[in-house]
Amino acid sequence: MIAEFGLAALWLAAALSVLQLALSAFGLTGGRDALMAPVRSVAVVQGALTMLAFAALIALFVRVDLSVALVAANDHSQKPLLYRFAGTWGNHEGSMLLWVAVLGLAGAAVALLERRLPERTLVATLGAQAFIAIGFFAFLLFASNPFARLDPAPAEGLGLNPLLQDPGLAFHPPTLYFGYVGLSVAFSFAVGALVTRDVGPVFARAMRPWVLGAWIFLTLGITAGSYWAYYELGWGGWWFWDPVENASLMPWLAATALLHSVTVLATRDGLRAWTIMLAVVAFSMSMVGTFLVRSGILTSVHAFAVDPTRGGFILALLAIYIGGALALFALRVGTVREGQRFDAVSREGALVANNLLLSAILGVVLIGTLYPLAVEGLTGGKLSVGPPYFNAAAGPLALILVAMMGAGPLVRWRRDDGVAVLKRMALPILIAVVAFAAVWLRAPGIGVLPLLGLTVAAGAAVASVAPLWKRKLWRTPLFTYGMVVAHLGIAVALAGMASEAAFTQETLVAARPGETHRVGPWALRFDGVEPIAGENWTAIEGTLTVRRGDDAGYVMRPQARAFSAPPTETSEAAIRTVLDGQLYVVLGKADEQGRWQLRLWWKPYVTLIWLGGGLVALGGLLSLVGRVLRERRSRLVEQYA
Amino acid sequence: MRFFVAFALTMAPVMAAAQSGVPPAALSDTQLPDPAAEARATALMQTLRCLVCQGQSIADSDADMAGDMRALVRRRIAAGERPEDIRAWLVQRYGDWVTYDPPLNAVTWPLWALPVLLLVIGAFVARGSFRRRGRGA
Repeated sequence: MIAEFGLAALWLAAALSVLQLALSAFGLTGGRDALMAPVRSVAVVQGALTMLAFAALIALFVRVDLSVALVAANDHSQKPLLYRFAGTWGNHEGSMLLWVAVLGLAGAAVALLERRLPERTLVATLGAQAFIAIGFFAFLLFASNPFARLDPAPAEGLGLNPLLQDPGLAFHPPTLYFGYVGLSVAFSFAVGALVTRDVGPVFARAMRPWVLGAWIFLTLGITAGSYWAYYELGWGGWWFWDPVENASLMPWLAATALLHSVTVLATRDGLRAWTIMLAVVAFSMSMVGTFLVRSGILTSVHAFAVDPTRGGFILALLAIYIGGALALFALRVGTVREGQRFDAVSREGALVANNLLLSAILGVVLIGTLYPLAVEGLTGGKLSVGPPYFNAAAGPLALILVAMMGAGPLVRWRRDDGVAVLKRMALPILIAVVAFAAVWLRAPGIGVLPLLGLTVAAGAAVASVAPLWKRKLWRTPLFTYGMVVAHLGIAVALAGMASEAAFTQETLVAARPGETHRVGPWALRFDGVEPIAGENWTAIEGTLTVRRGDDAGYVMRPQARAFSAPPTETSEAAIRTVLDGQLYVVLGKADEQGRWQLRLWWKPYVTLIWLGGGLVALGGLLSLVGRVLRERRSRLVEQYA
Repeated sequence: MRFFVAFALTMAPVMAAAQSGVPPAALSDTQLPDPAAEARATALMQTLRCLVCQGQSIADSDADMAGDMRALVRRRIAAGERPEDIRAWLVQRYGDWVTYDPPLNAVTWPLWALPVLLLVIGAFVARGSFRRRGRGA
């Protein structure tokens, strides 16, 4: 019954999205306001129904209802509750339903919360949101029905990929999807504003909180995903430039650019067309990411579906939405009045440079990710584009960007003097030079990118807190703190990346029990192994006593796990976090002589990468809260004035 | 004594490799005794694709074939071969698919040209939004 209920809710929601589109389209073109009146309510009910459908699927997974094909293929009665629950979206259909549920939720949230936009633009926005939803409802109902029954029901499910059986699965995909799909709101806002020819500061101030919200989730999702890959895959890498990772990075880059250009539009009424363009691009990148991951065009841990009809379907949706939005943009961009112009040396100029660099990095990532597919499609030849290309092409751009990030907030709006800006930058530049010299002297063999990375990070960290200098701290608005914290987070993350790249030490040994091996400042005594069992796995667990200098010693227990359903082996790294880095220990296989393979890494300051990511998200949150509070206060003032 | 054991353990695979043509599996997961050679080997391994994996380099894959390729890289580096020659040899054998560092040729040049082009176009477009200095506020 639950499955039929879920399917019915999904069909109803799909029907309502058609209604939502029709009402807003006819209401806007016919000028009949009565038609537009119910659009908000329809959007809310549509969102609620999609959430209900998703809740139904969760219930099926938690109860392990094996008469549903999707549950039988991905669930298992012996799985712990958390993974029965999170396993709902650890597969193609479930994750697409999550996608649509978040889309519905976003539409409902706009309908309920948005009070700033003129009514016509809001209706156009909700119409655009419904237009997106229709396509993805069709995809779910016709090509990826999550509620299809299986008759006869099998006695046991096939289980979930053990690599995904980790608390990360409960957190990472939903967070990322809130970010991905949250950007649909920016897209719909842009389409709505193009339809009603209403691009200006009011529109920008209305759009900004939604972009910020999506961007916070994206930042969190990427940071969490990076840490998840780092500890789960067992090789100590935190970013592989894998197409699936790039798929999440591209919307983030576009959203970051949008966040900054929308500020120019809100504050100075500049960059109108460009901001609209970025809003379209940002959600397009989300859809491209969904296409890359969901179509199975890349074979990777994330591409659960290898099914060309689905790929074709998503590709068609992609063409319709991106093509349609770009066509609308091309038709209407002439009617978007040119925004205010400004001097090259000005806050606006710095933000344009930010946008230019972010777009260039986005271009590099997009080209590098799609190029192998294009070459294979056109010539049949297979080639790989990986870290050497991305680091060489995007690395220098990113360094310039972070340096600009430090300087940007110290430049005045409208026009400023280059020499004066340099004077304000004196301390950060001095710190950067000192950092450069210190690193160079202590680690002469360091690579160019890590060296410059540490240099820029040091300067940008100081520069990013400089906007608070000589200000009354308690009177500084919350969103200024948000900017400071987010920028500081970028500098911190960069320092972590550079340090990891430059100073990681590795020891690979075949060890007998009782032996001591060294990595970096650590001495690790391998005490032996013993078998243990978990809820749905068995493992060999190694015991190592690790010491640094004369400390008391600390026990680390890496595991080599074997799962039965489906039969898979994974390694659970043991990680010891200390103030200045992480010690990462992996237990491998035994050889014929009874020695155990150990992989040991000492990664100085690697934790800064995720600490920085967390700071960036926190900065976004402070900024969002600050904007919303100020908004509320000004609305109260309007009411009582 | 401990030092001797450690020394023997690290040298054993190299010596064994020198004796037989078949790489012993141990070299896939043990480092070369010379840190400089090991650093060259690691740098190369991180840019070679594991052919049976899904988007992993041979430096971070549990697959047997990745292990064999790591052993091969270490053995050749230990024998004094240059990393780029080893890469070229592998590309000749397995095609461009094996290297994450795409070679610059007729097919791949846009990969490097497009980002530069993007920047130039972007800078040109951005210039349009700037006011010329001296023309007043």
